[in-house]
Formats: sequence, C-alpha cells, structure tokens
Amino acid sequence: MYRSAEELVAMARSKHCLISDIVLTKELELYEKDARQTYEELGKIYEVMKHSAYGAIEDPKRYRGKIIGDEARLMEDYSRKEGTYLGPVASHAMAMAFSTSLVNAAMGRICAAPTAGASGILPAALITAEEMFHHEEKEILDALLTASAVGELIASSATLSGAQGGCQAETGTAAAMAAAALVQLRGGSPEACFNAAGIAIKNILGLVCDPIAGLVESPCAKRNASGVMNALASAEMALAGVMSLIPFDEMVLTMKQVGSQLPASLRETSLGGIAITPTAKALEKKIL
Amino acid sequence: MSNHSILEILGPVMIGPSSSHTAGAVRLGQLARGINGKPFSRVLVGLHGSFAKTYRGHGTDKALIAGLMGFAPDDERIRDSLAIAKTKGLAYSFTEIELEDMHPNTARIVFYNDDHSSLEVTGSSIGGGQVLIQKIDETPLSFTGSYPTLIIDHIDRRGIISEITTLLARYAINIATMHVSRTQKNKNAILMIEADQEFPEVLKKDLNEVRDIHAVRILNLKEAPHVSQC
Repeated sequence: MYRSAEELVAMARSKHCLISDIVLTKELELYEKDARQTYEELGKIYEVMKHSAYGAIEDPKRYRGKIIGDEARLMEDYSRKEGTYLGPVASHAMAMAFSTSLVNAAMGRICAAPTAGASGILPAALITAEEMFHHEEKEILDALLTASAVGELIASSATLSGAQGGCQAETGTAAAMAAAALVQLRGGSPEACFNAAGIAIKNILGLVCDPIAGLVESPCAKRNASGVMNALASAEMALAGVMSLIPFDEMVLTMKQVGSQLPASLRETSLGGIAITPTAKALEKKIL
Repeated sequence: MSNHSILEILGPVMIGPSSSHTAGAVRLGQLARGINGKPFSRVLVGLHGSFAKTYRGHGTDKALIAGLMGFAPDDERIRDSLAIAKTKGLAYSFTEIELEDMHPNTARIVFYNDDHSSLEVTGSSIGGGQVLIQKIDETPLSFTGSYPTLIIDHIDRRGIISEITTLLARYAINIATMHVSRTQKNKNAILMIEADQEFPEVLKKDLNEVRDIHAVRILNLKEAPHVSQC
C-alpha cells in the first residue's frame, strides 16, 4: 500500500488509474467490504452533504446559530445579482458552505469532512462541480474517495484537530481534500490532484483556531466560505499546470510543525486571536 | 502505513456542532444507558472540565440526554431532546463537578432506576466522536464500546475466570481483550471482555447461573470508527 502522496501517485501512474481506484482497492482489502457496499456508504454521505449545503439556503429560519444566521441566504441572493466580481458560481458555492456551517451550528445533520467545524467546504465544492458539469453520481463518489485519501494522509502524518494544529488542520485539510476532488472531476492527473492539495494547504498555512465564545460559528463559518474559494482557486491553478513547488508530503509535515509551534492560546482555547477582541468578548457576554 | 477507513475521514455523519462535545456526548449517553440496562426515570449528570464550561454552547446537555434515551449521534431529535425527555417522564439535572486526573470532556451519570437501585457511570469524549468509559460505580475500567463488550460483576474467587471463558468458548466467541479489576482480594471484582462478534442474549442466562456472579451486562453497540476531531 502507500504511505505518502508520492507513493500513491506512483501507484496510480503505473496502473494507469485514478487515485480513487487505489483508495477503493485498499478500502476493500483492509475492511473486507465489497465495492457496492462502499459506494452505498459514499452515496449516503453525499446525500447528507447535499441536504446540509441547501438546508440554510432553503430554510434560513430553522438553521441559525447563536451568533451567525443570515450568511447563506445573503450570499445566495447576491449570487443572482449582476455585476459581481466572481460571477454566480463563486457566490453560490460560498452560500452552500455557509449553509452547512449554519446547519451544524443549529444542531442539524452534517457529515464531518474531515471535522464538523470544517464540514462546509467539501460539499460546496462537489455540488458546484455537479451543478456546473452534470457529473454522474459515480464520478462524484470517486472524487469523494480521492478527497478521503488526501484527508487520510494528513490524519496519518499530521493532525485534523483544531486543538492540536489550529484552523489550518481543519479548514486547510478540507480545502486540500476538495481541491484534489475538483481536479480529478475535470480530468486532471493524479499529480495535479496533489499539486492542488499542496497549494490549498500553502494558502492557509498557519491559520489559527480562535472561535468566539468557544462556539463552532465565528470565524468558522466564514473560513468555510473562503475555504471553498481556496479549493476552487487551488484546483484552477493545478489544472492550469501550476505546480506546488513544495510537494504535498512536505507541505503536510510543514503544517504539522507549524501547528505544534502555535501557542495554546491559538488552538481552540478561545484565549487568543479573534476570540479575545472587545467585540468578541461583548458577544460572548450577550449569548452565554 | 496510513490505515484510516474512508469513513473515518468522511464522517461521522452527526448532529452538530462538535464531534467531541455533541456526537461524543450522544455516544456516551447511549453507552451509559446500555451499561445501566434497567428502566430509569431520573438521572443526575455531572460535567467536568471543558464539558462543564461549554456544555450549553455545544448542546452537550441535549446530546447526553438524547443518548440516555437511546438516540443515535445523527438523530435530528437531539436538538429537542430536553423537551422530549419531559414528555417521556425522564427527570434530569446537570451540575458542574471537578474530577481528579480526568480527561477535560468527562461526564459522570448517576441513574436512579425504577427498581430503586442506582448506578454511576463515568466516561470521557476523547475526540472525533469516540468515547471511553472510565468507571462503573467506583471501579475503574477502560473501554470504548466500539467492540461488543461484556461486563460481569463477580466475587474475586479462584477459577471463576475459567468458568466464564469456558462458557464463551461454547458460544464460539473469540476474546479480543480482557481486563479484570477488583476492589480487594476475595471481594467484588469486575471482568470486562471485548469480543469480535456480538454476545448472544442467551449467554446472560448461562452466566447468571455461575456461582458468585452478581450482574451481567452485554453491550452490543457497534459503530464505524473515526479519527477526525473538533
């Protein structure tokens, strides 16, 4: 099997297959499952993702947090306006990322991918691809497999926990997973998938975890919305042929090192960063 | 070698907002309910560490009560669980407690059962929705509930372990891990066994016939493992 992106890419290249084919083979061997069962599980996960990505757009009254609430609806309305900088796709993608974050904050059902706090990014990226290019469900589920390989490599060599590695470990990992999935969906090579993932990590390296009042709401929701932009931008760069000069495997170790160099006050303790601004403290007093 | 299932990275499917403070708390409630194993109409929940400080913001209280009523971590009724508990006649109260040398996300649940017995279960949510049971009453234990688990209260007596394992062998159950702890020589002891396959209910009857066994609990709660944390 593989221990690194380098090995995984080499395997995919020698077998002339996708990253997802290697991941699926490993899943079936290690867990004694069959392919049908695995795609069924992935299909259920994608269903949950779709519901959460549209929940707060369609029912904004039901899905509100304690300090956030209107963001998905505002972005969705804005996406229908003319004269926006990035056009309808980007605003709609951000609306979907906000939606999952709101569903999560309001105790709705989400799929932690890789964590609950970063659960908005991968659904928004995949649904954007499906809505633009009308992919078959199997292609989307294969992209999910490739995303999981990226997450798995980061979980094995670094961490997915904001308390250990800061926000870079959560929304950074989610953006890297989504970027690789997006590249595969547009026919990019296995190398390009990991170039995108490496670039996505680079873009948010060092991002701290500093939630207001300790809630998974702010700045988390905005970092999900910007996280899907990070995923789309990183995928576009890789598809254009831009390389991640520092290979993905080295980026993961760098992320781990940077995470361990972050002081505890910036790792999900709400003792630093945005969490201790006067406005955040006032908000905290108001809701708790 | 990386050895995480795709379902550990893409999951769990859960009710937000936090895998450790919400999903893990539901699971803790579910497991404690299984360990208690009797009808109850009142619980006292002590919250320690981060659980005590942040439980309202993360819905840890709703999650624990949902789990205690048997709901799963992805059940959408979790957000209304406190109201549901009232309609079901389950009384609950939450207090902040301080425990020594315990994980910051720890809860101690005291069950007041309809047969006038009571039981105390202490457990921690250790990240990614995973939990660890730490104590049953005053006896220290350590298990996750990810495997089918058998817990036996018995008297510390020569030969009793072999009588128990002989019965397990008769049902072709393979033991994955086994742990015996006792308060004092020849006094109360607890045997905890995790197995690869579920324990059949009929095993309980056979075990109850063994001399010096006081209580048998079977926990067949299975769930996909996951490592994500938040």
